[in-house]
Amino acid sequence: MGSDYTHRRWSNLRKVLERSGPFCRPDFEPSSENLQMLLERCKVLVVGAGGLGCELLKNLALMGFRHIHVIDMDTIELSNLNRQFLFRHKDIGSYKAEVAAKFINARVPGCNVIAHNCEIQAKDAAFYQQFHMIICGLDSIVARRWLNGMLISLLVYENGTLEQGSVIPLIDGGTEGFKGNARVILPGMNPCIECTLDLYPPQVTYPLCTIANTPRLPEHCVEYVKVIQWPKENPFDCAIDGDDPQHINWIYEKSNERATQFGIQGLTYRLVQGIIKNIIPAVASTNAVIAAICATEAFKLATSCSASLNNYMVLNNLDGVYTYTYEAEKKQNCLACSQVPRELEIKDSKYKLQDLIELLCERPDLQMKSPGLTAIINGKNKTLYIQTVSSIEQKTRENLSKTLIELGLKDDSEINIADITTPNTVTLKLKFSHNDSISRQ
Amino acid sequence: MIKLFSLKQAKKDGESPKAGTQKKASAAQLRITKDINELNLPKTCGTEFPDPDDLLSFKLIICPDEGFYRGGRFVFSFKVGPNYPHEPPKVKCETQVYHPNIDLDGNVCLNILREDWKPVLTINSIVYGLQYLFLEPNPEDPLNKDAAEVLQNNRRAFEQNVAKAMRGGYVGSYYFERCLK
Repeated sequence: MGSDYTHRRWSNLRKVLERSGPFCRPDFEPSSENLQMLLERCKVLVVGAGGLGCELLKNLALMGFRHIHVIDMDTIELSNLNRQFLFRHKDIGSYKAEVAAKFINARVPGCNVIAHNCEIQAKDAAFYQQFHMIICGLDSIVARRWLNGMLISLLVYENGTLEQGSVIPLIDGGTEGFKGNARVILPGMNPCIECTLDLYPPQVTYPLCTIANTPRLPEHCVEYVKVIQWPKENPFDCAIDGDDPQHINWIYEKSNERATQFGIQGLTYRLVQGIIKNIIPAVASTNAVIAAICATEAFKLATSCSASLNNYMVLNNLDGVYTYTYEAEKKQNCLACSQVPRELEIKDSKYKLQDLIELLCERPDLQMKSPGLTAIINGKNKTLYIQTVSSIEQKTRENLSKTLIELGLKDDSEINIADITTPNTVTLKLKFSHNDSISRQ
Repeated sequence: MIKLFSLKQAKKDGESPKAGTQKKASAAQLRITKDINELNLPKTCGTEFPDPDDLLSFKLIICPDEGFYRGGRFVFSFKVGPNYPHEPPKVKCETQVYHPNIDLDGNVCLNILREDWKPVLTINSIVYGLQYLFLEPNPEDPLNKDAAEVLQNNRRAFEQNVAKAMRGGYVGSYYFERCLK
């Protein structure tokens, strides 16, 4: 192994990692240990093994990252092959993560990619916590938000200050046609996905009445079949599956009937497929640029050899090449990352929910009016008490006379509290003073 | 910029990870908790939560006290998805109603439920939007075209049709279940 670091193979990386330069971060110390650390210890997760994912895996592997995990739930389709270059025709139907991992492992000596063929939600906190950083090439806002929430939940606060060691950076790339963006998220420290949620374009929706009565576009016809006709006729006794050609065919035929009826031109099978599967035209070169930026950022974070992208880069290759980087700001009342859980000490093991609510209203620093309380107990949402909605009030009233422990709340449990006095739901972390009656719980 | 990574490195070599065993409420969950707690229902509206622990699916009952639909009782189902408030909740009318903006399958044509939804809007905004639909049915934006035409051409006939439908009976060839309070 020792010879590996001095091997010609890494000579270009060594130029960057073993010499100082004007762009180095202050904490950077040129040393051969940097490369060693990258090769031996740095563990990263690539989320998504699609257009961006293939590029990312290739880039990271060739840049010296060796402990790479990749997670993707999708299987390979014919239409992926033009740009997802780790896949071949024979791989159609196989898991993307698995095939991509195998390809990289066979192609890049010393690299060990581990595949996870499942959705990101199937993995728990312990899984995500093992990584030094996460690089994602996703096509879904929901998935980004979930991952963002997960990384924020891993943050550790000591007396209200963030412990930097608990921060797992998230490098997020996204593309749509000739446009793309890349950003570096340090959860808890700079803007997170939720802070800038309004930057995502809203989904294209058409007024229901237009779809129903005055369609003018082929898209209106497809939407009509999707929203109205499918639920009504339920031809296959299940929800629409965009990967099922029978489903697409049925929708295509029905949409076509409607288009003909209204004299609308331009409806094709591919258009139907595009709308139903929400296909965004993918351009290989856009993916390549964005993935290259993300991989470079990963390298910079891993080695400190240069300051990170701060923190949001946009790319537009539609007309020439345009790029711009700016510093997005944290949202002060972000639902995800502004929540430094405040601690609330509970001294009495017989403390009831009613007592807690009175405390919330009486404490000078809270002075709430009609707080609604929820918590997650044993992994499930639980509504503890909501006074303002009578139907819930009736069903949760009995909780008032129960002790917090009887309700399943423990030391470190978090309670989410909504009240008109705060712009957002706030989170309080319960701290039970330790005594016998509690530690037995 | 921080010395993020080296700190991290030190932690990884040493003890096992300590945080992260707690499941956190999702942003959608936190937001809906806020929305629900601040529901300010007009006196003609009520909610039903079949499972009070699940704030993401519930029913809204509207009993208009004026207008064409006075005396009726209309149930709407709300389903709030994980992408709330980036995407609006899915709202369906579970009561068969003779209404220009609600079709016979319960689809509702209300702009803020689709094309005009914005994340700053709340469940309350939708409640008021739905209530308004009963006070001022809008024949310009029809989902039930027949009803819209009648409303536009003959308000008196429309009123009678609504009354007939709410009592339970046929309007044209379609049978409406009784939905009087």
